[in-house]
Amino acid sequence: MTGRLLAIAYNTFREAVRDRVLYNLILFAMLMVGASLLVGQISLEINRIVLINLGLTAISLFGIVIAILIGIGLVSKEIEKKTLYTVLAARPVRRWEFIAGKFAGLVMTLTVNALLMSVGFFAAVLYVSHGLGRVDLPLLTAIYFILLEFVLITALALLFSTFSTPIFSSIFAFAIFAVGTFSEDLRGFAQMATGMTRWVMSGAAYLVPNFAALNVISRVAHDAPVEPRLILLNTLYVVVYTGAVLTASVWIFERRNLK
Amino acid sequence: MIAIEIQGLEKSYKTGFFRNKLKQGLKPLTLTVTEGEVFGYLGPNGAGKTTTLKLLLGLVFPSGGSAKILGRDLGDIDVKRQIGFLPEQPYFYDHLTPLELLDYYARLSGVEPRDRKRQIEKSLSRVGLTDSGKTQLRKFSKGMLQRVGIAQAIVHDPKLVLLDEPMSGLDPVGRREVRDLVQELNEEGKTIFFSTHILSDAETLCDRVAVLNKGELKGVGVVADLLREVSGDVEVVWSGAQAIPVLSALGARCHATGDVVRAVLPERLLDTAVDALRRNQGRLTSVTPVRATLEDYFLARIGDENPKVVNA
Ligand SMILES: Nc1ncnc2c1ncn2[C@@H]1O[C@H](COP(=O)(O)OP(=O)(O)OP(=O)(O)O)[C@@H](O)[C@H]1O
Ligand SMILES: [Mg+2]
Repeated sequence: MTGRLLAIAYNTFREAVRDRVLYNLILFAMLMVGASLLVGQISLEINRIVLINLGLTAISLFGIVIAILIGIGLVSKEIEKKTLYTVLAARPVRRWEFIAGKFAGLVMTLTVNALLMSVGFFAAVLYVSHGLGRVDLPLLTAIYFILLEFVLITALALLFSTFSTPIFSSIFAFAIFAVGTFSEDLRGFAQMATGMTRWVMSGAAYLVPNFAALNVISRVAHDAPVEPRLILLNTLYVVVYTGAVLTASVWIFERRNLK
Repeated sequence: MIAIEIQGLEKSYKTGFFRNKLKQGLKPLTLTVTEGEVFGYLGPNGAGKTTTLKLLLGLVFPSGGSAKILGRDLGDIDVKRQIGFLPEQPYFYDHLTPLELLDYYARLSGVEPRDRKRQIEKSLSRVGLTDSGKTQLRKFSKGMLQRVGIAQAIVHDPKLVLLDEPMSGLDPVGRREVRDLVQELNEEGKTIFFSTHILSDAETLCDRVAVLNKGELKGVGVVADLLREVSGDVEVVWSGAQAIPVLSALGARCHATGDVVRAVLPERLLDTAVDALRRNQGRLTSVTPVRATLEDYFLARIGDENPKVVNA
């Protein structure tokens, strides 16, 4: 079981790398170098705030875009191109193993990509702050949360990929990410309504993936600490939410005729 | 032992804009393939050959009926370790090389690590691709991809090999090589089930064939028996044009070249015809059976209403 799952994950990773996904790193590197040189003119604190905001936002957005662009094709492209025929038809591969392997492969790709970006990011922070210390630890938490974002959006893109075409899937995925970014505002709105509307709206607001809670970028940019409780809650939230989304993906995929 | 046992298996596809129309891709099919045989699955385009294979492999789900492969029910996934499959117009991960692709598939099929390298190299050499093992698949021609397809179908040394149009896209040399390979695999004890609309391939290779048209089974049997049943015409050549009217009356089609006459007639009329020739002073030169081909059978059967089973 794990052997097959890992083989599928590794193949997904290898495909992404050979399709030159990691080229985005060049763009990221240029951004970091440009930012560190440009902001070097103002005061130290401001430099740091701008650089951290810019760097972490870029790590997050680059990854989200890659996750969606690859994620929406994970299953549909394999059906479309019929590569699935030689994987699922005559090999002892369960359909859930295929889904899990694809998911793991893309998360692996995104993690490697984000870690490489983080190296560049810390180099830039080091350059601007003339040193790294305990005060920079929350940055690691922010990066961890960004990885959690990737896990969540990959699962969602994969879910769309099991039943929809890439174009619709990408629209769904970007929309749900955008809405999820404002999920805390949605919850606020829901509280203002009354009666039935309030219940329905709250329900909807809580179903939307909470990307807002995973974004602590501006907080850590101002050197505010991230409470351990939030780390725990976010981790639990992403595990449960992702589990549910992947279960739904498997449920749909197991019922599909692969024509 | 029975390799494939199909019981009333059928498939209706939902079609139309609202997916409200049903199209029968395969009408209830009952068919048995014995272990160790080369079985040809014949039918024109749209007959339901691919549909049958997809049903057997769990790619699409049947609308009715059941089937067993190597004694196990369709949902049983572990039996797939023993099955190899070549899809029609195979397409692969084109960022990989054949060696990487086969390694991936061997892992998925559960080939032991210590056997992996040997089996990968063996299957590549069997399809004549040893020299292209490290070229990315996106640089492969159609015929080469077809060969990769065959290699991946046998890389895990399966007992049962299902091939959907294995010769399509191959040049004459390639087709002969595939025919030889099928025979070789069969001699190793593997059961081969392959679909085709190229009749000559089936004729030279198969122990038995099934003929399918418009989703319906038209006949199953040993090739020689099927052929005997369609034709049995003989060609009779004699000299003596005076005998033409009598033989034409029997239903023979006569062509005269000077005094030499050539006629084709059904085998059962041969005795009567020879008697008639003698009585009319014709001098018999030769009698040759006209060999029926699977093509004759095929064309004869495609129109028929009821399936014909010969020694099935
Ligand atoms: N996904 C599908 N949706 C609707 N109809 C389908 C689908 N797949 C096959 N069919 C129909 O089922 C019938 C049988 O198709 P199938 O692909 O099994 O034929 P085939 O014998 O493999 O033909 P060919 O020699 O062209 O490969 C055809 O009439 C086809 O139109
Ligand atoms: Mg077909």
